[in-house]
Order: sequence, then structure tokens, then C-alpha cells
Amino acid sequence: MRSVKTLAVGVLAVLAAYDVSLAGEPKAGGIFRIYHRDSPGGASIHEGATYSLNVPFMPVYSNLVLFNQHIAQNSVDTIVPELAESWAWSSDNKTLTFKLRHDVKWHDGKPFTSADVKCTFDMLMGKSPQKFRQNPRKSWYEQVNDVTTNGDYEASFNLKRPEPALLSLLASGYTPIYPCHVSPAEMRTRPIGTGPFKFVEFKANESIKLVKNPDYFKKGLPYLDGIEFTIIPNRSTAILGFVSGKFDMTFPTEVSIPLLKDVKAQAPNAVCVVEPNNVSTNIIVNSSSPPFDNIDIRRALALALDRKAFIQIMFEGQGDIGGTMEPAPAGLWAMPKEMLESIPGYGPDINANREEARKLMQKAGYGPDKHLQIKVSTRNIPVYRDPAIILIDQIKSIYIDGELDVVDTAQWFPKVARKDYALGLNLTGNAVDDPDQSFYENYSCGSERNYTNYCNKDIEKLFDQQSAETDLNKRKKLVWEIDKKLQEDVARPIIFHARTGTCWQPYVKNVTIMSNSSYNGFRYEDVWLDK
Amino acid sequence: MFGYIVRRLALMLVTLIGISIIIFVLLRVVPGNIVDILFDAAGFVDPADKANLEKELGLSDPIVVQYLHWIGGLLRGDLGYSYVSEKPALDEILPRIPITARLAGLALLFSASIGIPLGVISAVRQGTRLDYALRVVSLSGLSLPSFWLGLLILMASVSLFGSMPIFNPNPKTWTEAIAIYCVPAMAVGFRSAALTMRITRSSMLEILRQDYIRTARAKGASESSVNYRHALKNAILPVITVIGIEAAFLIGGLIVTETVFNIPGIARFLVEALRWRDYPIVQNLVMLIAVVVVVANFTVDMLYAVIDPRIRYGD
Repeated sequence: MRSVKTLAVGVLAVLAAYDVSLAGEPKAGGIFRIYHRDSPGGASIHEGATYSLNVPFMPVYSNLVLFNQHIAQNSVDTIVPELAESWAWSSDNKTLTFKLRHDVKWHDGKPFTSADVKCTFDMLMGKSPQKFRQNPRKSWYEQVNDVTTNGDYEASFNLKRPEPALLSLLASGYTPIYPCHVSPAEMRTRPIGTGPFKFVEFKANESIKLVKNPDYFKKGLPYLDGIEFTIIPNRSTAILGFVSGKFDMTFPTEVSIPLLKDVKAQAPNAVCVVEPNNVSTNIIVNSSSPPFDNIDIRRALALALDRKAFIQIMFEGQGDIGGTMEPAPAGLWAMPKEMLESIPGYGPDINANREEARKLMQKAGYGPDKHLQIKVSTRNIPVYRDPAIILIDQIKSIYIDGELDVVDTAQWFPKVARKDYALGLNLTGNAVDDPDQSFYENYSCGSERNYTNYCNKDIEKLFDQQSAETDLNKRKKLVWEIDKKLQEDVARPIIFHARTGTCWQPYVKNVTIMSNSSYNGFRYEDVWLDK
Repeated sequence: MFGYIVRRLALMLVTLIGISIIIFVLLRVVPGNIVDILFDAAGFVDPADKANLEKELGLSDPIVVQYLHWIGGLLRGDLGYSYVSEKPALDEILPRIPITARLAGLALLFSASIGIPLGVISAVRQGTRLDYALRVVSLSGLSLPSFWLGLLILMASVSLFGSMPIFNPNPKTWTEAIAIYCVPAMAVGFRSAALTMRITRSSMLEILRQDYIRTARAKGASESSVNYRHALKNAILPVITVIGIEAAFLIGGLIVTETVFNIPGIARFLVEALRWRDYPIVQNLVMLIAVVVVVANFTVDMLYAVIDPRIRYGD
């Protein structure tokens, strides 16, 4: 067995402690008030696929391991133990064993044991008689054969092949441990966790209340007496509430760049940060039917994009251009700039790109006198609609007349799954900045979320190769190669990666907004209010 | 009169049955159901999981069976379970009713208490500067969207007082308790007050030209007695009709106001439930609103007879 990177963890712990000392001696007490952007469908993180659920309920749960909550960039080096005391890989990298803490109790007083770990992952892998109503991240555990226990305080993940990314997947806010003795239905309505805060109540469309867990296994934590989320779907009202001091923090990563200016103007003392959130805005192309079954038209489309214009119009320049993986410096797997710019459509000369695109369109039989008429489908939500309108404007320059087709949210994915679209504008969020999460989910042959049905067996082999690669540098090079190929194949052209803002009152201490995920940074165990 | 009331009650029942069928069918005609929405959030549709969930929620039953199940439950007082919160629909709806009722009541009170007196003044002072000023106010009320007015009020509150009157279930002071209901009620009631004012004015102007008003003045009745005892009493019937209709339409205004002022009432809840296609919540809430509208109409009809003795129903 190889030992854990204890040194790195130790250094990070010292850094975190240093951060706390900079902010002054933590004060206990107070209710942390945050507005919530909408009413989540339930409290069960495993059954959700939106960070609307992670933000209020992550404080209720604990993971085996977790990304350090005070380092913005999540990486395997920032993973710290939580319910696990330590972890170790076997020499063949096919078994990951966790030694568990002995002093953990569920919020209902029952002891936490390795059986709970096994139960959780058996349910996630569909091996348990208890079923989730929906299980959106089942594919994360594709390489896990089974989870076995050795006594009450040891659990092992036995893999089909080495998968170094597993540890990062387990450190996501999306991977809490559930109690065996509570049914999935109860977890949706009255969750029981081992986290720093206990669930009090969830009034749909009104509020979510959490209270301090006095028996939290990390002694002295949490500092707060509780957390209250007031659900305010109207963004203007919510921002005014923050400005007037009704709330201590905005909903994380929900303040757009233009709104951020208003907040800073009206509440100059507010602390605001802008971070990338690992959400890409991309184009989905139905390549199974005309006209986009023609690779020339797909390539022309990719060449027509003026990515900087999108970013300038929508985010006043505060966005990033990249491939599938989140761009550097926040993203860990982004290909180097010169490699990115060598991909058709990514070069800086937009006019030359579009000239090339027009030639491709003419080759396909279109031109100034014969425009291609298509519908550009997207969800009826501003973050989808606005870039779709810009896209329609840009593709005019290559003889494509797009008509906006806004689709009700309830119909969006069924429509996409039916392939009832020609061209669509989509957003893809990544919970973990790791290619295993992104590549398999979005580009693997037969994956449910591979909306464009892109299927390339050669690339598929590279997916597996990078996934099993334990040498980080070798893996990175493979990932760059794959990402470049995906863009060249116009599998799902990436337009931009957004950045968004979060603000809090100056007396709120120890909040860190993650820079390469919107799903992992809401444990809030050592947040405190300097009041 | 008794026969009339019985006939009206029977008609109310038939109307409600008709409404229940329309609500039920329309909801199912709208594309997508809760299962689609849940899977939309997950980003993909697993056909097997989807079929299981539809079966679990009873959505795979024939529509007639689903309807009879709902109506049977309604008659037993069982409104079913919310698909989203998985709590009894009654428990979700009941706590929200007093909030919206209070808001709607205050909005109607504001509308009547401002609209009627100002309408009378405007009519009595026809052609004066005051009349013109009041007509501008009423036109503004009809043209300003309530969400815009609500946002303006919130911005002004933050700018002037550093606080804002959005809903708080546990207000700390009595002024906050009043503000969290009165301010939104004024925002939503302003349009209704403007309409009431205009109807009162035009109705009063018509009445003030009647012979019996001239007779009352000739007999030496005081101006206030002429205006309020003789004229207003006869001019009020169309105003009551309008207030009755406004009560029915108020729910539309409340959706926006409850959203802007973040009030957890039934109007905003209805929109959210619709977004999730939470049928048990939507159909029961719409049914509740239908009952309120039908009862409001019935009450207005009854009020006619009470206020104007010339009106007698039935025989």
C-alpha cells in the first residue's frame, strides 16, 4: 500500500489555520442568512443534479473525503479526510481503502459505521434493494466492482481497473454518505447526516433551516448556531435584500457581472469575488440528420464563432475561452494556449475563420443567394436564451439563418433525447474538474448525456487510457489530445466558460468560493460571523 | 328568493364540476410532467426509471381513473401528496391560505377605501383641477404594472430607510408586521383602486344628473347627504360588480406581487407547482381559486338585493 499524501494535507491544514488567524479569532454563534435562488426539489443530494441542492444541504452531510474548503482550486492534492481518518491505494491501484473515524454519530444518535458506506455506494451502483427515485451519477462508479467492509471502521472500493479519479469523485459535494437506517424517501424530506448542521425544516418556496450539530465529530465546530436560506426566486428582490443587509451572503455564484456592479455601488463594503464555475456554454448539433450530418457544415459552424464577442456582450469580458475542460489557470486540465489556438475556429483572426467557413458552406451548396434555414433550440432561461441569440447573429455571416426556438424546461431534455432538433444551445456543468467526469458523461458512445450521439471508438479507447493513467503528467497530455480531437470533430463546440460573482457582508469570515466547481464548497463548518 | 338561492347553488356545483374537468384535462394536455422535470434536472432520461416513477406517482393510469381518484379524494378531504415535497397537499396549501387571504383582503380594502371616496370627489368636483389630478392618478394606477411598482417600492425602501418590506414570518416590530402586508397590498391594490375610482366617478356622474338628485337639493338636503346618501347608494351597484370581478382577478396580480415581495402565499406557490407539474398542488389550488371566484360572484349577486331593494330574485 502506498501512503497518503499526508505532507500536502498537513501543509494545507497549516495554510487553512493561517487563513483563520488572519481573519481574527473565530467567534461562535449567530445565524448565517443566505438567500436561495429557487426551491430545490428535495434534500437528497444523491438524487439531484443541481447545486441548488448542494448549497443548502451540503452542511447536513459528510463525505469520506472532501476537497479542502479553503482552497479555491479543487484538486487531488487538496483532498482532506472527513469521515475517513486516512486512505490508501493498493499497489496495483485497484483497491482504495478508507480507515473510518470511530467517533461519528448520525444526527439521530445512531453510530456511523462502514455499513453506511457500503449501503450508500450499493444504492448508487443500483445493487441495493433500496432504490433512489433517480440516480444521475450512477456512471461515476462504473469502474467500481463492489464496496467491501472489514469490521465497522474500514471500507474498500474494489475497482475493475485503476481509476485515480475516483478519489476526486468521492471528494465532491455530490458524494455524501447516507445512513443505512434511513430510507431514500425520508432522505428527500427529512435528511439525516453526520455533518456540522442538522436539518430543521424545509418549507417549499419559503425557507430551509439548519441548526448547529452539537455532537459534530470535529470538536469546537461549527461556529455558527445555524444557517437560514430564504428562497427568493426574484433576482432583483434577492439582491436588494442583500444590499439592505437582510442577508449575510448572496446565493453562491449567482451574481452576474453586470449585477455585481450594482451590488458594489449600493453596498461598497460587501466582499465580492468573481470565479469561473466550470460551466461551459456549448452548441449541440444533431449530426444524425441533415443538414448537420455534413461534416463541412458542422466545421463551418465551429469556424463562425467569435467567442470573445460572446464573452464581451454577456460578461463584460469576464469569461474564458477553452475546450471541454475548464480553462487555466482555474482549470487543472486545460490544454496550453498555443495548442488551443491551433484548433480550427480558435485562432484570433475571426474574419479569416469565417472566410474559410463560407467556403465550406459554398461547398455544401449554400451561399449569399441560398441561405440555410434552421431553428436554434434552447431552454427558455436567460442563461441559455441570451447566447442563443448572439449565436444566431454570428452564424448569419456564413449564410445560416437561424430562428430561435425556445423550449419549456420540462421539454428540453426529452426533446434533445428524441433528437428533435437541428442545432441547440446548451450549458454543461462539471461537478468535479476531472476528465473522467466530463468525457464519459458527455462524449462516450451510448452515454445518456451524450446528447449529440457523438461516437468515436478511437477516442473511447483514449478515454479509458487516460482514466487508468496514474502518472499525472502523462494523463494531462492524453487529456489535451482528447480535448483537441473533440473540438476538431465538432462533437459539441464549446463557446465559452462563464465566470460569476458571489458577495458577502464584511463580517462573514472563512467563506471560500471554489474556482473549478460550483458543487463542492458549501460545508460551512468553520464559517463565522464577526459581529 | 329562496328558490333563486337554491338554483344558484345548484349552478355553482355544476360550474365547479365543469371547472374540475377542465383543470384536470388542461393540466395533462400541457407537455411534460413531474417525471420529465425531475429527469430534466438530472440532464437525461432513463426510460426504465421514468416508467417506474410514473407508475409510483399514478401517472401511468388512464386519465379517467386519475380524475376519479382525485375527485374521490377531494370528497373525502384527501387532497393527495405533493410530488415534489412528498408531503400531504393539504399541509402544503393550508398554511399559505391565510397569508394570501390577508394580502387579498387588504388589497381589496385598500382598493375600496381609496377608490370609492376619490371617485366620489372626482365626480362631485368634475372639471376642477382636483378632478384632473385624480384622473391622472387613476390612469397611472391602470397603466403601471404591479411588479414594476413593487420593485420601485422596494428600491425606494432600501435607498431611504436601508431596509425593505419583504416577507418575514417572525416580524420583530409591529411596524414591520404591518409593512410586510400593507406595502404589497397597496402595490397590488393600486390598479384595482384606480379602476374602482374610475367606475365610481362615471357611475356617480350619471346618478348626479338624475331628477331625484335635483329634487333632493331643492328640498334643501346638504351636499354630503346628496352625494353620499342619495347618489352614492345608487351609484354603488356597478362598483360592487367591479370589486367582485377584481377579487377574482386579484390572484393574477398577487402572483407577481408575492414574487416581488417574496411572500409565501398560494399565488406564488401555484406558479412554482405549475413549473414542477406538481398536479396534486396545482389542481387543488386552482379548484380552491375557482371556489373563491364562484362564491365571490354569488356574494355579489346577493349583495345587489341587500343594497338595492328594487332588485328581487326569483318570483
